[in-house]
Amino acid sequence: MRNVLEIDGVNVSYENVEALSNINLRVKENDFLAIIGPNGGGKSTLLKTILGLLKPDSGEIKIFGQSNAKTFGLIGYVPQFSKFNKNFPISVKDVVIMGFLKNNNKMFAKLKPLEEKKAETIMKNLNIFEFKERQIGQLSGGQLQRVLIARALAVGPKILLLDEPTASLDSNVKSQIYHILKELNEKMTIIMVTHDMGAISSYVKSIACLNRKLFYHGAPKLTKDILSQVYGCPIDMIAHGISHRVFHEHKEDQNA
Amino acid sequence: MLEAIFEYKFLQHAILSAMLASIACGIMGTIITEKKLIMMSGGIAHTAFGGIGMGYFLGIEPIIGALVFSILAALGIAKINKKINTSADILVGMFWSFGMAIGIVFIGLAPGYPPDISSYLFGNILTVSKLDLGIISFLDMIIVFVVFAYFHQFKAYLFDEEFTQVIGVAVHLLEYTLFILIALTIVILIRVVGIILIITLLTAPTSIAKQFTYDLKKMMMISIMMGIVFCFVGLLLSYVMEIPSGAAIIIFSVLSYLLISFIKYLSKNSNKELPF
Repeated sequence: MRNVLEIDGVNVSYENVEALSNINLRVKENDFLAIIGPNGGGKSTLLKTILGLLKPDSGEIKIFGQSNAKTFGLIGYVPQFSKFNKNFPISVKDVVIMGFLKNNNKMFAKLKPLEEKKAETIMKNLNIFEFKERQIGQLSGGQLQRVLIARALAVGPKILLLDEPTASLDSNVKSQIYHILKELNEKMTIIMVTHDMGAISSYVKSIACLNRKLFYHGAPKLTKDILSQVYGCPIDMIAHGISHRVFHEHKEDQNA
Repeated sequence: MLEAIFEYKFLQHAILSAMLASIACGIMGTIITEKKLIMMSGGIAHTAFGGIGMGYFLGIEPIIGALVFSILAALGIAKINKKINTSADILVGMFWSFGMAIGIVFIGLAPGYPPDISSYLFGNILTVSKLDLGIISFLDMIIVFVVFAYFHQFKAYLFDEEFTQVIGVAVHLLEYTLFILIALTIVILIRVVGIILIITLLTAPTSIAKQFTYDLKKMMMISIMMGIVFCFVGLLLSYVMEIPSGAAIIIFSVLSYLLISFIKYLSKNSNKELPF
């Protein structure tokens, strides 16, 4: 299988603080990769660098063998839904069709009939078609997340990049989202940043542990060694395998 | 007042400029409010005063000076904000008083008697000249054309800048364009309500429109209509009560906003059971 994403020796720093140090990562086609790590560990920075929103100080990022500065539309980006201004006057359908603006800097951009159809299909597949006229503030968290996934799919991507897609969703909705992702994974590569350790064992094909450096990349089997390296915490706390609950508590400790 | 409108050129100019200003206000006010650039716009407006002072000093039309200064201020704030990591707030605050200070210095240095600057500070829609009207309509056309032509890109940019950039829309260009359009709007409004009173006309119509629709385009339309109503009623009040027009427009706008919000609030709560 070919690599869809190649990251070679990437360093990123903010002023004098090194956010990412010598990251090397290869993602195979149709992988489902979860990037985990503590807050402030550079997950968002890595995501932004892959998207071309941040320029690395050194190193190279290639998407399908091309520099990521010129690969608009190969990546579908799903940002954190909690960051949005939910009062913005925009309907579900209008959010989804934003995806068709790809590379479009022309005047009087118009939606083609074909795109209209495509938007409809995407919305139906994600079960948001019935809300298409609703303003986004009138949606639940899970619904809004599906709208953002729909928008990313409208771009027609080969890779889907998600930033904490299940943060602050309840477990029912979480598994809904993962089901959608699992289905999408049959057609495209998925890379997501997550704090959700529960998902890792059941949905994800590989993981990357990031805390400034890339500590581990491979099958989603977290050993205490890896975790203690990445999260830098006493091994005792996670001594009994990857107990979900203990891990979450620990994460919150770090936030505090 | 009706026969007076037909009789006096200055009233015709006032009405035309009020309508043109409302168009700019409705469109740009909506964008400014959604992108949370209200204080930035206030800063650009006050910087424009430097240009007015320079106009007097050099003996050119002050409104041209204001145009130059506000565009430079808009681009300056955008550029510096990108280069150094200061918050835009600090920059806006500094430009705000810096522009005023430059204007005051220029006017102090200008030869002859100090000119009457109050019509620029507080606006005087009754003194809009033919040249002003020409400038206002030209700037209006630019605003309407650019926003309409790139409406979808602007909408995407306003809603989610990062995503829009990721899919390859020229976000930086849009941003600079937006700032220039804000500068043009401010120049239009200086004649109508004056530098100090501009912010209300950019926010009140939009805030009212937002209570009635969730559609960006409709919001712009309603804002334009609200702006026209505010300007006309303000103009009428100033004519009847013999008070300054800019202040009349602003006071009427804010009172309307408060009243409409209050009525909305009452009607919303009357549907609910009271908590006690």
